[in-house]
Amino acid sequence: MNRLTYSPIDPGAAIAKVRSVDAGAVVLFLGTARQSTAGRSTSSLDYEAYPEMAAKELAALEDEARRRWNLVQCAIVHRLGHVEIGEICVAIAVSSAHRQAAFEAGKWLIDEMKRTVPIWKCENWADGSSDWVHPGLSEEGTSG
Amino acid sequence: MIVRVRLFAIARHLAERGLWETTLPDQATIAALRRQLEREIPALAGLANRFRFAIDARYAGDCEQIPPGADVACIPPVSGG
Repeated sequence: MNRLTYSPIDPGAAIAKVRSVDAGAVVLFLGTARQSTAGRSTSSLDYEAYPEMAAKELAALEDEARRRWNLVQCAIVHRLGHVEIGEICVAIAVSSAHRQAAFEAGKWLIDEMKRTVPIWKCENWADGSSDWVHPGLSEEGTSG
Repeated sequence: MIVRVRLFAIARHLAERGLWETTLPDQATIAALRRQLEREIPALAGLANRFRFAIDARYAGDCEQIPPGADVACIPPVSGG
């Protein structure tokens, strides 16, 4: 499974990738496109990535999670391009012998992904304007 | 040496281009590249100190030297997920 895709994400495929007779637990996290942010209405999202680096960073995060929690398997897939409200933006599937490792690794993976992987979201607001989302940058000058 | 820098998201938008080409002395560092970005693309001057940079698809610190021909990228704060 490619870690970056311009097509809708199939959560069943992400689960299938990590299911195993060695696993007693499978945890699936889905990030989905929300209709409103801080009281403002969103009509759609657009995602952009530095694809070569993002794919490498995602693979490195999976490797690190497998090492830290002794997972059976884990898989991340992130959507790129235009995403409608309600669609899946990211899927993270984790399997482990016991549930605690899968829950912990799943949370760590989404937190780290949001912190380090070079993927960016553009909010297309219902009023027709757009903003690139850059945590920590001032609001001013980010309108797109 | 000529350095080619990929720009993404707000950097690409404000610079109105996805690739910025500049000339720096050999063995120039990421810090020098950052200062050059502020000078050559005034629209990014106020934001450049918040950007990270990558050399050959991995994060590079300010002290790192840019090898000739490297694939350099400007990485604004990320927002995947």
